[in-house]
Amino acid sequence: MAALLASFDIAFLITSVLKIVFLTFLVILPLVAYSVYAERRFSAVIQDRVGPNRTGIPLTLFGFKKDIQILGIGGLVQPLADGLKFFLKEDFTPDSVNKFYYWLAPALTMVPALLTCVVLPFGSELQLSDLNGLLAWAGLPGFTENVKSVIADLNVGPLFIFAIASLGVYGIVLAGWASNSKYPFLGGVRSSAQMISYELSLGLSIIPVLMIFGDLNLSKMAASQDANGWLLLPFWGDSAPWQNGWNFGRWILLVPIFISFCVFTVSMFAETNRLPFDLAECETELVAGYHTEYSSMKFALFFMGEYAAMIIGSGLAVTFFLGGWSIPFAPVLSQLTGLQFHYVPGSTPLLLGLLHIGTFFAKIIVFILFFILIRWSLPRFRFDQLMKLGWLVMFELALANVILTAVIMAWIPIK
Amino acid sequence: MPSLFFYLFTAITLGFGLLVVTARNPVTSALCLAMSFVGLAALFISLDAYFIGTIQILVYAGAVMVLFLFIIMLLDIKAEEGKKPNLPAVIGGVVLAVILALQIVTVSSSYSLGKTPLKNAPLSLNKAAETSVLPTISNDLKVGTLPDAKLMGLTLFKQYGFHLQAIGLLLLVGTVGVVVLSKREKGGQDA
Repeated sequence: MAALLASFDIAFLITSVLKIVFLTFLVILPLVAYSVYAERRFSAVIQDRVGPNRTGIPLTLFGFKKDIQILGIGGLVQPLADGLKFFLKEDFTPDSVNKFYYWLAPALTMVPALLTCVVLPFGSELQLSDLNGLLAWAGLPGFTENVKSVIADLNVGPLFIFAIASLGVYGIVLAGWASNSKYPFLGGVRSSAQMISYELSLGLSIIPVLMIFGDLNLSKMAASQDANGWLLLPFWGDSAPWQNGWNFGRWILLVPIFISFCVFTVSMFAETNRLPFDLAECETELVAGYHTEYSSMKFALFFMGEYAAMIIGSGLAVTFFLGGWSIPFAPVLSQLTGLQFHYVPGSTPLLLGLLHIGTFFAKIIVFILFFILIRWSLPRFRFDQLMKLGWLVMFELALANVILTAVIMAWIPIK
Repeated sequence: MPSLFFYLFTAITLGFGLLVVTARNPVTSALCLAMSFVGLAALFISLDAYFIGTIQILVYAGAVMVLFLFIIMLLDIKAEEGKKPNLPAVIGGVVLAVILALQIVTVSSSYSLGKTPLKNAPLSLNKAAETSVLPTISNDLKVGTLPDAKLMGLTLFKQYGFHLQAIGLLLLVGTVGVVVLSKREKGGQDA
């Protein structure tokens, strides 16, 4: 038993658990709740309505005159009220369903979505050696090296995300099948066909990116973008025009990178079943699609799974194309101000580490707002149009893009 | 701890594998097979073969099994439910499994390198870094990580380039065949 305990790396385990708790419970789940709120407010602005603006801390229940609105923005407590509503609703299980799979399906949608976040680098690294005094006082060993802000620094990061995300199909298929009702079944079938088709162009669209980075490790990608300019914004580091002459290849590469960004984003919309591609739950044809028969918290799990997948997808897009956690123009800013804004392995101050984490989530929030903007400005596709777009346009475009990148990189080496 | 995980994932792989055969509901069987693949992928990952492990999930659990499930659901196969197991088939299966197990045991017991544990194995990443062709691989090796995806890609495209293209051509032929077979005659309804 003692030998078994000694084989555990306690410090590693504790930091990992802390990172998991931070990322999933303190960031992603609240972000899910507030993206729903943002969606409702943003759509209201687009449609010239007010949206949910009343829910505050309900002091009127206790005899006060007014509810408190946090920060003066109306309705910020709305997600809590929604959550409470889901908990208190009747949890109805129809008689005709296959009970086991009916219960399993919501969990199977939510869990893969949350699981994929383990390889996302949400910050550079945290210098926690300042806490060593406190730890020594408590009789614990201190930190000898900086803690990386990623739960699992895998060398197959993007592949891992695609692999686990592809398991999310099971939840939807099973929900459609187990409901034993025709509209959910049609929704489930549609959605799985859609997800399998768009997985191809999603995977192919990032191959040019992988070719340019020459690596499959998401942390290394973010770090190299911090030093050499974002993939879509190469204005500092080695690829900047005022550094070692005009680095011509890097600028021509912007064309395939932009194509691959577009294909990636469109496929991401299709993979997360968001409008204009939400054929799986389109209410004009299928009532509510695969979750028609679900109520209360089980429905909420589907709902949260969709938003969590959206957040992870945004995180992936940000890490690939928009520099991950890196602050724009960081090396230039460091030169101008004399403070350190760029990442130096092993010597990044704690404050900068925290700033990097903040930058990453700020970028994710902007990307989510983009998702919401698209949802409320484009009409829904027809299913055959969607499949045609996937197989005849996106797939070919991604494939041609791989060849284009290869030709450019063979012609004008970037390094 | 690693040994604990080994037994856990072996139990998952074998347990769900057994359920694939014994479950009477085809959907359950298909899902158990997917779970068994996930367990197998975890075993691959515990052997430091991250690439194979992830591809195992991506291709088998995420795509092939979904298609299986799809077809089972579309055809609504219920014939297996309540049917008694076919005795000769069961015996044949058990005999085959025993023969396979015996074969694996004899092969692995005669494999002398398999007897040294990984931490005692003469593995020098630095030495390998000096002889590797690509700078990205040698950089990874110098840091002390095993770039399994890159090494596999190098081997596949350099050593087995022709074989890979032959397989690609075969797959293309298969795809074209499916398209031709499923194409309707003129005058028929457009799919």
